[in-house]
Amino acid sequence: MDLSSINPVLLVASLMVAATPIMLAAIGELVVERAGVLNLGVEGMMITGAICGFIVAVNTGSPWLGFIGAAIGGAILSLLFGVLTQLLLSNQVATGLALTLFGLGLSALMGQGYIGIKAPAFPDWDVPLLSDIPVIGPIVFQHDPMVYVGIFLVAAVWAFLKYSRAGLVLRAVGENHEAAHALGYHVIRVRLLAIMFGGACAGLGGAYLSLVRVPQWTEGMTAGAGWIALAIVVFASWRPWRLLLGAYLFGGVTVLQLNLQAAGAAIGVAYLSMAPYLATIAVLVIMRAGRAPGSLGQSFHASR
Amino acid sequence: MTTKKLLASATLAVGMATGAFADGHEPTTVGFVYVGPVGDGGWTYEHDQGRLAVEEHFGDAVETVFVESVPEGADAERVMTQMALQGADLIFTTSFGYMDQTIAVAEKFPDVKFEHATGYKRADNVSTYSARFYEGRAVQGHIAGHMTESNIIGYIASFPIPEVIRGINAAYIHAAEVNPDVEFKIVWAYTWFDPAKEAEAATVLIEQGADVILQHTDSTAPQAAAQEAGNVVTFGQASDMAEFGPFPRVSSIIDNWAPYYIARTQAVIDGTWESTDTWDGIAPGMVEIGEITDAVPAEVKASAEAMIEAMRNGEYHPFTGPLNKQDGSVWLADGEVADDGTLAGMDFYVEGLTSEIPQ
Repeated sequence: MDLSSINPVLLVASLMVAATPIMLAAIGELVVERAGVLNLGVEGMMITGAICGFIVAVNTGSPWLGFIGAAIGGAILSLLFGVLTQLLLSNQVATGLALTLFGLGLSALMGQGYIGIKAPAFPDWDVPLLSDIPVIGPIVFQHDPMVYVGIFLVAAVWAFLKYSRAGLVLRAVGENHEAAHALGYHVIRVRLLAIMFGGACAGLGGAYLSLVRVPQWTEGMTAGAGWIALAIVVFASWRPWRLLLGAYLFGGVTVLQLNLQAAGAAIGVAYLSMAPYLATIAVLVIMRAGRAPGSLGQSFHASR
Repeated sequence: MTTKKLLASATLAVGMATGAFADGHEPTTVGFVYVGPVGDGGWTYEHDQGRLAVEEHFGDAVETVFVESVPEGADAERVMTQMALQGADLIFTTSFGYMDQTIAVAEKFPDVKFEHATGYKRADNVSTYSARFYEGRAVQGHIAGHMTESNIIGYIASFPIPEVIRGINAAYIHAAEVNPDVEFKIVWAYTWFDPAKEAEAATVLIEQGADVILQHTDSTAPQAAAQEAGNVVTFGQASDMAEFGPFPRVSSIIDNWAPYYIARTQAVIDGTWESTDTWDGIAPGMVEIGEITDAVPAEVKASAEAMIEAMRNGEYHPFTGPLNKQDGSVWLADGEVADDGTLAGMDFYVEGLTSEIPQ
């Protein structure tokens, strides 16, 4: 084994990139679940965001517009889920699963003409001065802007839930929707907004794959990333900073195991491949799992 | 998947009904089970091209149905059973991991013919077919050995099965032949299709010094990663992937299943179908080598083409002795050629490869 061929700086830098799509999708789902809604359609919204973002970016030549398109695409798809579960009171689990299947099919249809096309370049964004710091510079300050957008979103969600009045209302709706309703809050409206935010974030995560990480359109390209995002929300016990940790841990061990393999590590490849899942579960469980929002997954109707 | 399955079943039902009324006898129905999406740009894409060729060739006499992205496991058995129940006469199952399921379903439907790609288990109504991709791998290894400057060649492998190991050995033998200093770094992705993971694997290999990437996974993501890195050579896998030429993609292995699929469908129509084991290479055209671009020096291109020609007319076999196994024991004596049995079950590396095959 030749560990010297692994460059720790590049390793940490690439783990931030590897974690970003999962983190974006997971932070959206966290808000949705804190509002008391279980949307299992993350995978479907991600892949729809991936193709919407790709189509917009290719046609306009601007990755930024692509990301906006992805967020809108993801939000529209999630609104479908919102209408079905919040207004028509369908089962959230079944509707979420259907949304994933629908998203996979819809994206394949939309992407027919976009196979084999290259996405416009999305250059790294070297932070002036800071990016020249040895070691820390290349790790933290030489990424594409979406890596920072992801971290910013986590911080924003944390501050929103903890300090803002609207965040308190959202948490109240998630903990006990009947009490929140009795206090005069619009449970359905809050939940629809949360669902759309979740859809937009999942769309961004998908577009990060199709515009930055891969970067091209291939059918089924999310390949289960949405399910990982869902799992990370639960294991992070619905807290934003733990979610960031979980995503980085997952991304980090994924990249590390590939590095160890390439360096010829004498550890069984099967063990290396399961390492990201084991490490993420172990750490987040040890950190003591929190309680799920009280009304998670329950339908609400004012007449009850 | 479910939606498509329903659509496929509906098409099948409609097709059978109209066919029966049109000319008095049922059209032959051919089913295809795919491991990835038809738009993967690689393995499944080429199988689907074969399916389309069957439709084109037979016109109204044949109906085809397919189900894509079928996981290797219990789901595959359900999909095959469904196809057989709905009247398919011939079913192609196009991934190694469908082997046991194909045998199990074939037992229940003795009147339906099955064709399993890249496997080794046969029955009275189950044939196997595969292509000698290792001939193409030998050409890739030859070019890669010449092109690498860092002497590190990255290899994205999928699962540790004989076919993949054969490809690694063939590529390594011919890279080391022209460049004794060459080193192979192998990453096992444990997937046939996961663009994000394939891109990550390619990036890791490039970061660790590889300037040639060979892939045995199905998406074009490693090509895109190499293109971004700028100075890394790649080869198209299963499909031409010409959109990444002339550089980084300098050549490719193309699977051409169409002639085989047409011949086997014809055999079912004629009632002459028998269980066989087909393993065709460059000579019959099942394996094609995509255009070697001008990014490859002219003399390397010439020697690679000479090698292709020698394999085509049977003068050269990529596994010709003297060759030792990884542990140093003799495998093939000087001039000896590997037999198909050993190749089909290959579970060892040749001498010179440094890593171990995962168990």
